[in-house]
Amino acid sequence: MADSVWAPTSAAAVPAATVRSRHSALVRATHWITTLFFLTLLITGVEILISHPRFYWGEAGNVLTPPLFQLPIPASRATVPTGYDYVLPDQNGWSRYLHFQSAWVAVLTGLLYVGVGFFTGHFRQNLLPARADLSGGGLSRVIAQHLRFRPAGAEEAWSYNVLQRLTYLLVIFVLFPLVIWTGLAMSPGIASAIPAAVTVLGGQQSARTIHFFVSVALVVFFLVHVVMVCLAGFRNRVRAMITGRAAAHMERA
Amino acid sequence: MSKISRRNLITTGLVATAGASGLAVAASLARRYGLIPPDGGGLFGPGETLTYAAQRLLTRHSLAREFNRNQISKPPFANEVAPLGAAFRRQQEGGFADWRLAVDGMVARPASFSLDQLKGFPRHSQITHLACEEGWSYIAEWMGVRLSHILDIAGALPHARYVVYRSIQSDWWESIDMADAVHPQTLVAHGMNGGGLPVAFGGPLRLRVPRQLGYKSVKYITRLTVTDSLKQFGKGLGSASPEGGYAWYAGI
Repeated sequence: MADSVWAPTSAAAVPAATVRSRHSALVRATHWITTLFFLTLLITGVEILISHPRFYWGEAGNVLTPPLFQLPIPASRATVPTGYDYVLPDQNGWSRYLHFQSAWVAVLTGLLYVGVGFFTGHFRQNLLPARADLSGGGLSRVIAQHLRFRPAGAEEAWSYNVLQRLTYLLVIFVLFPLVIWTGLAMSPGIASAIPAAVTVLGGQQSARTIHFFVSVALVVFFLVHVVMVCLAGFRNRVRAMITGRAAAHMERA
Repeated sequence: MSKISRRNLITTGLVATAGASGLAVAASLARRYGLIPPDGGGLFGPGETLTYAAQRLLTRHSLAREFNRNQISKPPFANEVAPLGAAFRRQQEGGFADWRLAVDGMVARPASFSLDQLKGFPRHSQITHLACEEGWSYIAEWMGVRLSHILDIAGALPHARYVVYRSIQSDWWESIDMADAVHPQTLVAHGMNGGGLPVAFGGPLRLRVPRQLGYKSVKYITRLTVTDSLKQFGKGLGSASPEGGYAWYAGI
């Protein structure tokens, strides 16, 4: 159990070459499980999407309804007018099976992470920004550092800066819950059991459209996250998330 | 160091044992309460079983949302249908006067109903949402006789667990559990949007299962078979959908 003690945040006094514990075992395990199943959800989601790359607002929508917008891509169904003179192969069967199976793993993993995170104080200690950091001056200083691609300071090897904290909280407590909710709201079974889950969103097709935009936001987060890990020192950051230990002198190695 | 390892080992062992026995208990309870879908084996079986079991616990008696008349999609979209063949064309030319719906299997009184007989049964209508697994949908009014009424007339036996339904398109057959079969919104539909049921939408007869996706609402149905097991139908996966790679339960 020694591994799952949460890393303390104040690291100013740590000598630069120290190797010390960074991520708890639970954070590391749930991080990689979520990564794997996020990617399978993304791939299968794209496969499902291309069978009807049109989006609507409200309860119902089909090729006879004016779309809110249509993605300029070919479709896997001949009934969708796309402007392309070919139809992609239908992959919906296994994609739907795998999408929902992955969703189960991702949601259960997320519940475990959030539950244990609250219990151990992970969110309060590691993710809740300090009040001082949330001031206009504090925020703009960090944003300016990012825009100038200033390398992360040594202290960031042990602790998240305010932008990271806000982003992770947004992903964990807004984007993931929203993508789960809108996904469930498309289910006719769930809609019959919890009708408000659909009507609050504006209808079943609105839920589908929101599901798409939240997924796009998650993909943007994923890409920026990987870029930032590369900029901060890919090997050390990934090693920290695998072994749980980070070394400040390895930063930007 | 060795102390910590031993403690870790014991903890891990206990957690794994508790997890495994918990899973075994859950699986046995799920089997007893009919929460394992016929396609609950294989690579995607765990996810499929979780979805079906969770939705059945949540939706056994839930009603599909019904809409106002002014929300009906104008016009609705009829998905493409494979060529219906000569037998169907002959029926169509005869105004479907000879169309029959047979009811057999675990029933006390096997029967075969004509369209006129079915239209003479108590009529129910609903304005519900039909969603295709592809992502599109429409809202329409459906009219017909409750499947539960037909099962009552034929005398479905108490230990029946599924109703298998077949189409004049021999490669399209489906099945639903009794929760959906006796559900008040599950209709043998013969009318739509105030008129007859157009051929493009499944006329003369379509099973309408509004708590599941469109592919469970099979068009051109000809036969209902009541059964307590789906093993002897097709490949034993419950319907043509899993044989073609799609989930048997389409509540999501």
